[in-house]
Amino acid sequence: MDLALQDLGDYIVGHLPDEVEDNEIKLGELILSAKADGVIKVLKFLRDDVNCRFKQLVDICGVDYPDRSPRFEVVYNLLSLAHNNRVRVKIRTDEETPVPTATGVFSAANWWEREAWDLYGIYFSEHPDLRRILTDYGFEGHPLRKDFPLTGYVELRYDDEQKRVVYEPVKLTQEYRDFDFLSPWEGVQRMLPGDEKAGDPDLDGEASETGGGEDDKDDAEDPDKKEDA
Amino acid sequence: MAETQIRNFNLNFGPQHPSAHGVLRLVLEMDGEIIERADPHIGLLHRGTEKLIEHKNYLQAVPYFDRLDYVSPQNQEHAFALAVEKLLGLVVPPRGQALRVLFAEIGRVLNHIFSVCTFAMDTGAMTPMLWLFEEREKLMEFCERASGARMHMNYFRPGGVAFDVPPELLDDIAAWAETFPKLIDDCETLLTENRIFKQRTVDIGVITADECFDWGFTGPNLRAAGVPWDLRKAQPYDGYERFDFDIPIGKHGDCYDRYLVRIHELRQSLRIIDQCLGDMPGGSCKSDDRKITPPRRADMKNSMEALIHHFKLFTEGYHVPAGETYTAVEAPKGEFAVYLISDGTNKPYRCKIRAPGFAHLQAMELLSKGHMLADVVANIGSLDVVFGEIDR
Repeated sequence: MDLALQDLGDYIVGHLPDEVEDNEIKLGELILSAKADGVIKVLKFLRDDVNCRFKQLVDICGVDYPDRSPRFEVVYNLLSLAHNNRVRVKIRTDEETPVPTATGVFSAANWWEREAWDLYGIYFSEHPDLRRILTDYGFEGHPLRKDFPLTGYVELRYDDEQKRVVYEPVKLTQEYRDFDFLSPWEGVQRMLPGDEKAGDPDLDGEASETGGGEDDKDDAEDPDKKEDA
Repeated sequence: MAETQIRNFNLNFGPQHPSAHGVLRLVLEMDGEIIERADPHIGLLHRGTEKLIEHKNYLQAVPYFDRLDYVSPQNQEHAFALAVEKLLGLVVPPRGQALRVLFAEIGRVLNHIFSVCTFAMDTGAMTPMLWLFEEREKLMEFCERASGARMHMNYFRPGGVAFDVPPELLDDIAAWAETFPKLIDDCETLLTENRIFKQRTVDIGVITADECFDWGFTGPNLRAAGVPWDLRKAQPYDGYERFDFDIPIGKHGDCYDRYLVRIHELRQSLRIIDQCLGDMPGGSCKSDDRKITPPRRADMKNSMEALIHHFKLFTEGYHVPAGETYTAVEAPKGEFAVYLISDGTNKPYRCKIRAPGFAHLQAMELLSKGHMLADVVANIGSLDVVFGEIDR
């Protein structure tokens, strides 16, 4: 199975050397990396070529990697009923660069591209109807970006005096706690509400600026070094 | 008399209309009684599931899948469990697989009962709902006996299932499976040859196989257009290749065929349930990898390792190796898939949920254009949409 997929990947790269940059197989799934401006040609080829016949576009989604230079990835998942295969096409883009729309190739792309626009702010050029789809009317921001907080910025409630629903800035009775499990020895990096009662008020100021865990560690290491010397 | 300009009429269908099957706001542009344009506004039930999953560890993400398509929660969990297992390279023991297949098929029966009965209700038939919803209650009781929850089971975990079932439960399911075909027959006598039902559904909302491919249709809606495609046969998972069942297909791709396909799938699911119960493997129901599946509670009283594993699994969770997978299952509504990206931590980096209803609903304009207003209701009912999964 993997060999057939590898052949298919090489075949596709062979026919579209300018558009497809790379093909690889991970966990038995074929992944093609394409250039953003050539994606329509790639999708058309995948749909129409007799050895591919990926006639169904099952999914489009955005992925946000804030550390990378073109920040977003747009991932197209295709399914071939004739050959019982799947393929994944990835392109990269950022907040400004528009991606050509796939609605001309697959009608199903319409809502998925609207979703990627709504949740990530990835702009699709020449899309027939690029409105928000999942978030509220008049929503601001793109909630699935990694820099968008989980709690959001606004909350809404019914105001009994105005007799309508009103938006207000989010008020949390308890701060959202996000534990860092990658470095279990340092624990929570910032001050939790209530912690300030336990310690010295002068230390609190420093701790909240630099992160309490690191300071403690430095103090603990220094005496050891002196002993060794 | 001077020619007058006639303006099309705009109609808001929903979001509080009972036959909108939830919170669908459908903006219809109508020329008299004829639909010119249909623009579904979705997102009224958007809860940010994907964002929430990015902030929870893998085990905590499972219950969110129950709450997507709340009519057949088991099948959603199945997709997530398979995706995580693929990234972990974990093998589920045979009994775990068989129990998953059993409850996945119970989920399919739950869904198809619901969808057929509400569809019948939308087109004016009240009785099927009264007769068959009792069976849904019985099935949900089985779910409760297996997992403790009637609907939101949280039962399919990465590595197997949460608990083994009590032995009497399997006998009770077998006894139920013997009585159920009679009720399908009863339901069919009410609907299949019913003149009113056929007038409301035959040749309504026709979609061809090519249009289905173009619009990303899967599941019963695709099969009703005559395409024998079922992921349980084509890309079997969890031992579906061991079961003997048929794929019912339609011919015309209209509302009536979509109904017939679902009715026949009920019978096929019963076949799978029968085979599953007749040949239930023994052994463990979850993987014995202690770094993934929690230990038995009794072990925790005696074994220090078990206690540590339990503590670590339910605070930090397990770390999944970096990688990505697109894993799909044949949910009752179509291809339900999870595109899971892991960055090696204990939380998913990205978890895109591919809901079948999302693709089906966007073809609403194609299906309804040129039809009457009442046919929109039939189309929504026959597409089998649930807004938990569409809005996520």
